[in-house]
Amino acid sequence: MDERNFLYMFYGFLAAWLILAVYVVALAGRERRLQREMENLRRMIEEKQKEAS
Amino acid sequence: MREKMLIAFCIVAAILLAYNLYVMLLVLPDEVSQGPIFRIIFFHVPSAWTAFLGFLAAAVASVLYLVRKDLRYDAFAVAVTEVGLAFAAVTLVTGMIWARIIWGIWWTWDPRLTSMLVCWLLYAGYLMLRHAVEEPTQRARIAAVFSIFASVDVPIVFFSIRWWRTQHPQPVVWGGSMDPAYWNTLFLNWIPLLLLGAAMAGIRLRQERRQRELEALRRMAHAL
Repeated sequence: MDERNFLYMFYGFLAAWLILAVYVVALAGRERRLQREMENLRRMIEEKQKEAS
Repeated sequence: MREKMLIAFCIVAAILLAYNLYVMLLVLPDEVSQGPIFRIIFFHVPSAWTAFLGFLAAAVASVLYLVRKDLRYDAFAVAVTEVGLAFAAVTLVTGMIWARIIWGIWWTWDPRLTSMLVCWLLYAGYLMLRHAVEEPTQRARIAAVFSIFASVDVPIVFFSIRWWRTQHPQPVVWGGSMDPAYWNTLFLNWIPLLLLGAAMAGIRLRQERRQRELEALRRMAHAL
């Protein structure tokens, strides 16, 4: 019983950190996507402006 | 400046968490009736407080958006809601793991557990609703109204253990009888979780600003 009790405490701690870590990874992924989209759009606008001039 | 503050928050949170883990695992004795599993409370309760704080902050920002029509309040509301939802998930999952040992079941439709699950579902619905509306001001208005509506559930979760007969343990704050050593660790572990939550909300807020810049650039690209 004690061993199981300790094991579940460990699962609890692990679950808490895992959920927060998954959220941080999702945040980082979104950051990269935004950066990439921003660069692509800026490049596209510059090309269009060059074509127009 | 903001970047440095976010990094400072994360560093202080990491140091405090390392110290708290040492206290939780090596200094504090096992609780007499529950054993080692009791230590889950040091993450379960501060996560719930952080989530509630996020949801209430979102409600205040939503009211401010409806009054002032400033999209910065909407950005703040979505940032703190998302972070609050992550901490609410920690609360639910750690609570279930604790319940498996103490009650012998993963879940019961108890007023506290049910109202917390409803709270999580409401705020998950808030985020899904935002994806469903494209026009930014319309999205902000509908989301603000929904956030204010959802915030009504927060006091229901908080006071449910006083209002109804429940299987959930009685209050930790206001009338709780916890040993001061556990009490101090509980509060001390709230500080790094709050700092971590603030850093996450800061990053999410910056992303929301970038998203708006991106939308402006898209409009510009279409106009050319």
